[in-house]
Amino acid sequence: MKSIVQEILKQYPTAGHDSLIPILQSVQEKLGFLSEESVTEVSKFLKMPTSKIFGVATFYNQFRFNQPGKYHIQLCRGTACHVLGSATVLDEVEKQLKVKAGQTTRDKLFSLEVVACIGACGLAPVISINGEFHAKVTSDSIKSVLEDYRKREEQQ
Amino acid sequence: MNLTIEVNNNPIQANPNETILDALCRNGLSVPTLCHMKGLLPTGSCRMCVVEVEGRKNLVTACSEPVFQGMKIKTHSSRVIESRKTIVELLLSNHPDDCLYCERNGNCELQKLAEDLNIRERRISGNKNNYKLDVSSASIVRDPAKCILCGRCVRVCEEIEGVSAIEFVGRGSKTFIDTSFNHGLNLSSCVNCGQCIMVCPTGALKEKPHISEIRDNLSNPDKTVVVQYAPSISVSLAEEFGFKPGHNMIGIMNAALRRMGFNFVFDTSFSADLTIMEEASELVHRVTNGGVLPMITSCCPGWVKYAEEFGQDLLPHLSSCKSPQQMMGAIIKSYFAETEGIAPENIYSVSVMPCTAKKFEQQREEMTQNGISDVDAVLTTRELARMIRLYGIDVHKLEPELADSPLGTRSSAGKIFGSSGGVMEAAIRTAHYLITGKEMVKFQVKAVRGFQGHKEASIKIGDLTIGVAVVSGLKNAAALMEEIRNGRNDIHFIEVMACPGGCVNGGGQPIGADEEAIKARMTTLYDIDEKDAIKVSHKNPYIIELYDKFLGKPLGHKSHQLLHTHYQKREVL
Repeated sequence: MKSIVQEILKQYPTAGHDSLIPILQSVQEKLGFLSEESVTEVSKFLKMPTSKIFGVATFYNQFRFNQPGKYHIQLCRGTACHVLGSATVLDEVEKQLKVKAGQTTRDKLFSLEVVACIGACGLAPVISINGEFHAKVTSDSIKSVLEDYRKREEQQ
Repeated sequence: MNLTIEVNNNPIQANPNETILDALCRNGLSVPTLCHMKGLLPTGSCRMCVVEVEGRKNLVTACSEPVFQGMKIKTHSSRVIESRKTIVELLLSNHPDDCLYCERNGNCELQKLAEDLNIRERRISGNKNNYKLDVSSASIVRDPAKCILCGRCVRVCEEIEGVSAIEFVGRGSKTFIDTSFNHGLNLSSCVNCGQCIMVCPTGALKEKPHISEIRDNLSNPDKTVVVQYAPSISVSLAEEFGFKPGHNMIGIMNAALRRMGFNFVFDTSFSADLTIMEEASELVHRVTNGGVLPMITSCCPGWVKYAEEFGQDLLPHLSSCKSPQQMMGAIIKSYFAETEGIAPENIYSVSVMPCTAKKFEQQREEMTQNGISDVDAVLTTRELARMIRLYGIDVHKLEPELADSPLGTRSSAGKIFGSSGGVMEAAIRTAHYLITGKEMVKFQVKAVRGFQGHKEASIKIGDLTIGVAVVSGLKNAAALMEEIRNGRNDIHFIEVMACPGGCVNGGGQPIGADEEAIKARMTTLYDIDEKDAIKVSHKNPYIIELYDKFLGKPLGHKSHQLLHTHYQKREVL
């Protein structure tokens, strides 16, 4: 991981504090998230305390701090989905996976992210799992959706 | 002074380029502030200081707006008052209403603003903050629920201490102040200096309490409970009881401690003398034997942790001496235990310190002998005041008493440790004697006194010229260390204190003191020194006796075992 971050930092030989966000974006693109280790590397490189970097990164929705699971769930909490009951779907997913939004399950199979809108309001409430859309989900139907992914994993 | 501005229809004089707030303050006028910090650049984020300026559509923040000739200001128009009131009402809307249970009840800026602005009804109610307490640190407890996001702690941590352990995390209404990766203060780069507590307007930051454990031990008949207090406590404690800053209440404090049930009352200034014996000897040893120079003091546990984190290459420069608190602790549980015939495990050793980092230092594993801690609990000045009130002691009715002998007798060199520059001055006095065999003609080293963050002097001791530097505030220390790294070699001895002005302004001192109060505490320390008969540590008769009967000689085997320590490199997240 260290070497991946170092490779990225090589592309910013004259970087100042203003390069922080592009660097973090590159790191997340490669690693899938911002690990503590990578933030520490960036901190040393930019001579910027990790707390500052964490502060900047948590300001933006785009940055994650947990390793995404094999299946990354994006659950839409936009207006249309909200009106059609996405809150109860979120509760159910959190209950099923035993994680909160922003976290990854212990077995690293699923990670859960809440997003504002994924532009598929006609399918509300909608979730996307690794880019695969599941339309008109309910707190009941979501159980079998998750179960399908678990089964798929067992068969492999 | 060549500008005239009009404030509430009265003309006042102002300097070009100064802010409205500065002009108002100088003229004895006031507007409320929250995020403003004297000496640092304004952020204008809290909007408490807004005023009305004629010709401007919106209210402007007095802290950040420069004055101009003919400016017409209204500081307390209805519009301004309503605006300030709304801000405080909004701050209160998600604040936990548990003032009666709060450490800062009666000494809270938010409470005061609500009172001053005459807020008498709950006009805006929102969801109450619900954050977990951060109790991970040995020194500081954080309660983000009580935080009003003024940002002063973040700024002091970054701009005065150069540590940046905490930062604003998240966005919008979900913003709160936290450490990197929400790990808790104990895993952060926090050096426990407690300056964040000193600037916090509410009860969101406080010291880790040790009072109840001490109470248990005071009522345990099997324990001999011993207390020591740092040099600066006697000149700051009085402010907690309504005396004016700088009032020295050492005798009353001795009496109060005895009333609470402490069996022995000692003065850490005694072990400050001991520190000087060891540290001055170490300095002379390094200077005459080509040791690592400059030597840097190690009395300040905030600085020590900072060096372990950010100055690992400089660790060999740190004196190996323990701090006075730890030296006293070690002597209490060895020499004192032996002479009194008490088993060290039956001694409960308490210290009263102006400092929160001392709570961290006390629990370091290096600070033990055979698994027994040198010091068992640490009270801040604030906690001591709280305890005096808890035990129902009226300080106005006590007669002064003396501390116990032998560990309560000091020279005035040990006493001035409480001020930035004091350790340096005390060490120079003894080093002069060690090098030349003669006392200094005049004991004062005025160049290292005072409130400035960076002081330097060149001192002639016999044939030697020794360059000394005194820095307080770790940001100032970091700048000097950078000079040392870059090859600066005219400095031989450096004193570092984490808190600006030294221990008189420590993170455990009474909250709400201004610069004048800190200076008054300093002045009292130097007055004591001026009037004292014994001004050098090596002339303290009990220090001489301690070496004769127990320790042998400075830097000797026993000293090494009990009074010296080592440091560890710490990875910082």
